[in-house]
Amino acid sequence: MNYIIPQSELKVVGTRPVRPDGVDKVTGRATFGADMTLAGMIWGKMLRSPHAHARIVAIDTSRALALPGVRAVVTAADFPDIASEEAFVGEGPMNFRDLSRNCLARDKVLYEGHAVAAVAAASQSVAEAALDLIDVTYEVLPHVIDVEAAMAAGAPILHEDMFTVGIEPKPTKPSNIAKRVAFAKGDAEAGFREADVIVEGRYTTQPVHQAYIEPHACLAQVAADGQAHIYSSTQGQFMVRAYCAKVLGWEIADIRSYPMEIGGGFGGKTLVYLEPVALALARKAGRPVKMVMTREEVFRASGPTSGAVIEVKIGARRDGSIVAAREVLKYQAGAFAGSPIGPGCMCGFAMYDLPNVDVVGYDVVSNRPKVAAYRAPGAPITSFAVESAMDDLARKLKIDPLALREMNGARDGSKTHYGVTHRDIGFLATLEAARSHPHYSAPLKPGQGRGVACGFWFNIGGESSGAVHVNEDGSISVVSGNPDIGGSRASMAMMAAEVLGVPIEHVRPIVGDTASIGFSHLTGGSRVTFATGMAVTQAAERVVDQLKQRAAQIWEIPAEAVEWKDGKAYPAGLNAGAFEPLSLAQIALKAGRTGGPISSEVTLNAQGAGPGFGCHICDVEVDSETGHVKILRYTAVQDVGKAIHPSYVEGQIQGGAAQGIGWALNEEYIYDKDGKMENAGFLDYRVPVASDLPLIEAVMVEVPNPRHPFGVRGVGEVPIVPPMAAVANAIRAATGLRMPDLPISPPKLRAALDAASGAKAA
Amino acid sequence: MSLSISLSVNGVAREVALDDPRVTLLDLLRERLDLTGTKKGCDRGQCGACTVLLDGRRINACLALAASCDGAAVLTIEGLAQGDTLHPVQAAFIAHDGLQCGFCTPGQIMSAVGLLREAQTGDDPERVREAMSGNLCRCGAYAGITEAILDAQRQLAAPDHAEAA
Repeated sequence: MNYIIPQSELKVVGTRPVRPDGVDKVTGRATFGADMTLAGMIWGKMLRSPHAHARIVAIDTSRALALPGVRAVVTAADFPDIASEEAFVGEGPMNFRDLSRNCLARDKVLYEGHAVAAVAAASQSVAEAALDLIDVTYEVLPHVIDVEAAMAAGAPILHEDMFTVGIEPKPTKPSNIAKRVAFAKGDAEAGFREADVIVEGRYTTQPVHQAYIEPHACLAQVAADGQAHIYSSTQGQFMVRAYCAKVLGWEIADIRSYPMEIGGGFGGKTLVYLEPVALALARKAGRPVKMVMTREEVFRASGPTSGAVIEVKIGARRDGSIVAAREVLKYQAGAFAGSPIGPGCMCGFAMYDLPNVDVVGYDVVSNRPKVAAYRAPGAPITSFAVESAMDDLARKLKIDPLALREMNGARDGSKTHYGVTHRDIGFLATLEAARSHPHYSAPLKPGQGRGVACGFWFNIGGESSGAVHVNEDGSISVVSGNPDIGGSRASMAMMAAEVLGVPIEHVRPIVGDTASIGFSHLTGGSRVTFATGMAVTQAAERVVDQLKQRAAQIWEIPAEAVEWKDGKAYPAGLNAGAFEPLSLAQIALKAGRTGGPISSEVTLNAQGAGPGFGCHICDVEVDSETGHVKILRYTAVQDVGKAIHPSYVEGQIQGGAAQGIGWALNEEYIYDKDGKMENAGFLDYRVPVASDLPLIEAVMVEVPNPRHPFGVRGVGEVPIVPPMAAVANAIRAATGLRMPDLPISPPKLRAALDAASGAKAA
Repeated sequence: MSLSISLSVNGVAREVALDDPRVTLLDLLRERLDLTGTKKGCDRGQCGACTVLLDGRRINACLALAASCDGAAVLTIEGLAQGDTLHPVQAAFIAHDGLQCGFCTPGQIMSAVGLLREAQTGDDPERVREAMSGNLCRCGAYAGITEAILDAQRQLAAPDHAEAA
């Protein structure tokens, strides 16, 4: 069925009921990854490499094992040496050999912080003491941190068996360039010849961490017969189960994976670091083992997103129509292949209807932690470059920056340079909402500047399961297979309540473990409210069918003669008979006598996710003494399809924008000359605090996605795409300076201001 | 060497024998008193997730040695509600969406309760944001947090709540 109907006809969806996770979270009762305990539990700790790049000559664990209280030590030797095998999971490819070697290094350590061995001991302090007693002999190797240095001839090679994919003829020498990807549409060379105006730029971004406040944590238990339980903070319990089984060489059915409440993920909890190691320790020790990363470990050893170098060139006619666009992108992958270079190559120009496009991207390894997904992986980086260039183009053409985007904006039928044709998209509606928002025409004071920038994300669907159970008392349980990182429990319950016609208070949403619900891809790609929501909606519809059948049975009339309305069964018309309506609770009470439990579980592979577009407006003021940028006002406009619970959607938009502002102004990984991270803590890696941000106004545009029963599009990722360019463009407007290198931190901006005033004086 | 301390936690007198004098108040609460509502986000006093009230003042529990809390009164997130009735700050965090993932929330709430007791900010949102800047929220729920604190302050100032403040 389709529920894309006016809001006035919806009773639950689109309203703002009290959040189902609220009380647990404000009372300290919500159980996060590190909060779980089991009888007999002991502690696991990881020994990590002090070197950026080194060969492991020998590991001697005997002194550690002899320490009283130590129950087990594991190294890569305790795991199968699995072959290179790539699978596409969640938002990107995963090579299980690399995953295994990232969990515990084999032969070589590839970055400072790379896990080398792990111990389990009776207490945290004994485990820490035991780490000091593990003797690792290293042969230190030359290292490389910078992406272009890693691409250069003669750079230290991380993987002797890595030959650049995507180049003909196949290279004969190993390289740190894992892959070259290219997309082309039309003839960019010819296009640039038609251009009246051309803008060009070279941009750099630094790796930034998802910086969830909850560090990675898990608790593993393995019985003598090999049956295992793993409780962890993750974006995917089925992902944890599958990855652990793969890395350990166990059967999937022997592992039951429980998702705990998750204290932020933002993409960074879409793979495993501790879980397989904790399981191996638990098996060896015969005791449940808890492992929790320190904040330092989170920074040094779990995935930030890529830093990158991007070159952009855009050519347009004098009227503003873009005739050609070119982009070269070099993305750091960290120690193993797999940066989000693919989305990077696609997203920058995806918003525009361009005749000629040429994009080339490189996936490059270096001695840094392996990157992990971070909110719209790859898109914010490319859009920082493209949207900065678009701003330069608007200036050069003396056209309003939103008008330039409207003129060239993608619409239904626009074919992208990566081959997909846009359908049912809301980019122009989003631009229009931004242009007519009072913020866009509000006056600015001298010294202040306003910037705009746009962003795109595909959003995905995929495999999901959802179950709706009618309980004996008429209350409803809704079970999904997706950890709730952005409010999906609320949206699942609301969609079920709408279909069933019952008040939301009677619907309790639950995130199931891997034995309680069918397989679901992890929570990522802004897929859950779309895909899992589709499964829950269908399950609720099947429950309505069952309820009608049961009512028909009670009334002894055909099921077709029963109508379901507002949570009750009614006879459909006069011919059906004169019966008092039966409520859901009344039918539930008689379920045992009318055929048994009333429930439905739907599993599906959802297709037709609708892409999302955003447009952000940012006002700044720059302190010329310090180079500090103050964000004065920020408005984020986004096409959300249909907001199931508008407060959560606004929260996602505000949160994405806040993270993007941090990326723009402060966040970065800083390395010393030995390839060691210098700022692995919140004091020196500065995420935005309350006083850094103004009220971020979220403006929702609703262009429904016709391929979802309620019109949903994913919303969580788009809002982190525009901020870097929106901020940089505002700084450009305030100071006249184009800042192409992130972060635009105070020392960097002050140096640029000093250089500019020096140049003026001279 | 064992060190015995006595302190009041959420109004209950506790006697604890510490086998290690280096144990922090945070680890004491989480690992020995089973009060896991107080969160460990950094263990360095940089994120605020472990904020509790020590003798009425907000502190980072990860920076306080348990041994130094002998004789003190500690209030954690678990001790804030009165039975089933949420503290006005807790209720306001729900009403104003002052949270997403909820991990920093106990620290935010305890910090807010401490802040309201300090009574320094008045109804100026800018000063509330400044005074709450030791509590990181990566989900970016700062707008809701600020609104929740100002709303809770108004409610606590109302006559029927005067004694709770």
